[in-house]
Amino acid sequence: MADDRTKTNFRWVGKNTARPDGVDKVTGRARYGDDLLMAGMLHAEILRSPHAHANILSIDVSKAAALAGVKAVITSSDIPDHPLSKPPYPPVINDFHDISRNVMAREKVLYDGHAVAAVAATSAAIARQAVRLIAVEYEVLPHVLDPLDACGPDAPLLHDDQYTAGSDREHDAPSNLARTHAGQRGDLEKGFDQADIIIEREFSSQPVHQGYIEPLACIATSSEDGNVELWTSTQGHFIARGLIAGVLKMELSKLRVTASEIGGGFGGKTTIYGEPVAIRLSQLTGRPVRMVMTRPEVFRASGPASGTRTRIKMGVRKDGTITAAQANSWIQAGAFKGAPLVRATDSFFSAYTIANVQVTTYDVCVNRPKVAAYRAPGAPMAAFAVESVINELAVRLGMDGVDIRLKNAVSEGCESLLGVKYNGPIGLIEVLQKVKSHEHYSAALKPHQGRGIALGYWMHGGGLSSASVSVLDDGTISLATGSPDIGGSRSSMRVMAAEELGIDIDLINTVIADTASIAYSYQTAGSRTTYATGMAVINATRMVIDKLRAVAAKKWQVPVDEVSWEAGLARPVKSTADDIKPLNLKELAKMAPGMVGPIAGHSEINASGQGAAFSAQLVDVEIDPQTGFVAPIRYTAFQDVGRAISPDYVEGQMQGAAVQGIGWALNEEYIYNDKGQLQNAGFLDYRMPVASDVPMIDTVMIEVPNPNHPYGVRGVGEPPLISAPAAVANAVENAIGKTMSHLPLTPPKVLKAIEQV
Amino acid sequence: MTRHFVTANINGDDVEFTCRTEQTVLDVLRSELRMTGTKNGCSTGDCGACTVIFNGRAVNACLVLGVEMNGARIDTIEGMAKGEKLHPLQQKFLDHAALQCGICTPGILNMAKVLLENNPDPTESEVRFGLAGNLCRCTGYDKIVRAVLDAAAEMREN
Repeated sequence: MADDRTKTNFRWVGKNTARPDGVDKVTGRARYGDDLLMAGMLHAEILRSPHAHANILSIDVSKAAALAGVKAVITSSDIPDHPLSKPPYPPVINDFHDISRNVMAREKVLYDGHAVAAVAATSAAIARQAVRLIAVEYEVLPHVLDPLDACGPDAPLLHDDQYTAGSDREHDAPSNLARTHAGQRGDLEKGFDQADIIIEREFSSQPVHQGYIEPLACIATSSEDGNVELWTSTQGHFIARGLIAGVLKMELSKLRVTASEIGGGFGGKTTIYGEPVAIRLSQLTGRPVRMVMTRPEVFRASGPASGTRTRIKMGVRKDGTITAAQANSWIQAGAFKGAPLVRATDSFFSAYTIANVQVTTYDVCVNRPKVAAYRAPGAPMAAFAVESVINELAVRLGMDGVDIRLKNAVSEGCESLLGVKYNGPIGLIEVLQKVKSHEHYSAALKPHQGRGIALGYWMHGGGLSSASVSVLDDGTISLATGSPDIGGSRSSMRVMAAEELGIDIDLINTVIADTASIAYSYQTAGSRTTYATGMAVINATRMVIDKLRAVAAKKWQVPVDEVSWEAGLARPVKSTADDIKPLNLKELAKMAPGMVGPIAGHSEINASGQGAAFSAQLVDVEIDPQTGFVAPIRYTAFQDVGRAISPDYVEGQMQGAAVQGIGWALNEEYIYNDKGQLQNAGFLDYRMPVASDVPMIDTVMIEVPNPNHPYGVRGVGEPPLISAPAAVANAVENAIGKTMSHLPLTPPKVLKAIEQV
Repeated sequence: MTRHFVTANINGDDVEFTCRTEQTVLDVLRSELRMTGTKNGCSTGDCGACTVIFNGRAVNACLVLGVEMNGARIDTIEGMAKGEKLHPLQQKFLDHAALQCGICTPGILNMAKVLLENNPDPTESEVRFGLAGNLCRCTGYDKIVRAVLDAAAEMREN
């Protein structure tokens, strides 16, 4: 593969171009999960548990089933059961025992909002009326919400058949602690002995929801021949197909999933919720079934990010060298195991060259909805703890906040805590230098104002992606991938294909193909689409170019390696062929079918090497000393983005993540009453940042190209959320001169800290 | 269930429909008239995704009853562009990359349109407070605010 990392004279890469789906999205024409209307469509409604924890003794659906307009009522008995998985547990994505029980409760309900039964009716109003007629007899059980409490000896047990894996407790009693994960290097004791200052602190963070504005929505259509079509708002329709087919014990080829336009996801739409229920209702009624969650259902029953309890200890020498670091973090899994342990373990200290490190993370079941990814699962809470302690160490040492980080920053050749080597250049030091030289860093602050800084590190993945590029008869291009476009990826795909072909961008049309129409692709998550699917697009386009060269070679009766492709033209390489006129795409497209057949290229890959990415954020806040209210007043996000294919959308990732981080730091949390019922399941009481809450988010993109991608792409969506809560919290600490260890930093908490002597 | 006969003007066209008492403007637009450009994010007036223009005022379509549309003029996203020509706000949202997923965009465009009709030369702060009822989770609002300010400048010139 040609290496264009050092190339700078791109025609399309790095330019802001019109996005292919833009006009449809500003005119209301784009069709999202709930925008497909089908003749004869039924409306589904789910009955949800009002209890945090209860045994289901009986369910009587007879009254609901008898209501005029009700076409089907189902419970877990209409969904196949799956055997219990035993330690060592399978990857969460394959644990159909748990997934099927999260889709619909079987023996017991495990959180407020857990699905218990479902109705399909001729109108949404009738369906809503019908679910109220379903009689469920519960035996209410004690519940537990806090992950440390849940690990206690007397904690209510969510699953009496779950045993802790990965430790020597396998022969012990059942436990809410599903598993632990650890990472370590060096000699912790020796490291702390070398330290001049040691800080130990405890931190906590609350679950926060991804907060996508489009509720989860799908429409299922089944046929008597066993085939099912599903239209759903998902970040990964292939992943959804696998999960649904697994739960329902279907053959994959019988389930065709189309990804609708998606109204936000941020990791929250990487799994399934109501889809198997909608399909079963469709199978039982023979009609299309629409299932759309209400906003309260989204909050109560779809995965937020984990809340955490973390104990952390770090030691530093007088010169700023961090000699040892230790963290223990209890991470909420929600009702079923699967807290993001590995990512959390890796995220604590991998931005730093600390010789002696030990991290242990705990996957703890509690009576809350099962957690889902949120941009960078497990990392923002880890960074909040680490970055807060590093800022406190800097204050204690009288050292500059950037200098202490530069002193310990990782660079090429270092390893993450879990042993992934940073091959090739990584931009952390460049990012930190840019922070220090930026005007924001030294700008004056007024009374009641404070400035915070924090780093964000994320190890990006790669994974399975596919792309298909077809040359049409008139020389225009159809470009298909299997990756839903959640924030402008069609644009980046088109840019890369146009760059390879050397043609005008408007000649390329992009589509997101359904699961029956292109090869498998992972979900659009972890910033993998521009990287991995982008690579597949480049490969497929290069295959097309080779075929176009072959057409020209045949025409000119020369070997194909004597035909080059430059700037959209096939040219003879040999000087003796100077008199031959180059052929453009339009000419080649016209002659190809008769000469060699249709021209198309495709690529199916398992991409690796996306590697580490780093951000740093500077934020100024102003505190109202009367109320404790915190207003972010200036924000600058710095990041090594590798290579920005579509700079506006890279900035958009940085800005959106920063504001999500402001919400995480200051406002957002799940609030439960003493019965374990969620009290703020709506946008009024779960208050996400609005336009008047935040300043402009300035961005500084630093480009240290990734050697593992043809254009140098790195992931961009995760690091800016990871650093944001810590940066905001540290700005508050800086303003009030107190440590703040428990998110969110609501006005009462800040006021209490201010008033503490 | 009783259905009411309603005549309304939607995007300049007289439209006749029937609806039940409890149906909102949002229900009518999406379910009865199949105009799905108006989006539903919460149904409780907290997110602004369903913002439409009702007799010249921006309203949450989920908080107004369908029967109140009788004799009213309603402007939705489907009527914002004129033929092939996008409204300056629509064009500036594309130029500034002021949308990512796009689900909040129709509501924000309608809110911004009313904002600029009432205040053709808003400050950044006035735009931010004007859009404070419209949640966007993707963009952090930066590019939205810039797009609205830029559209305002262009609309003042023309």
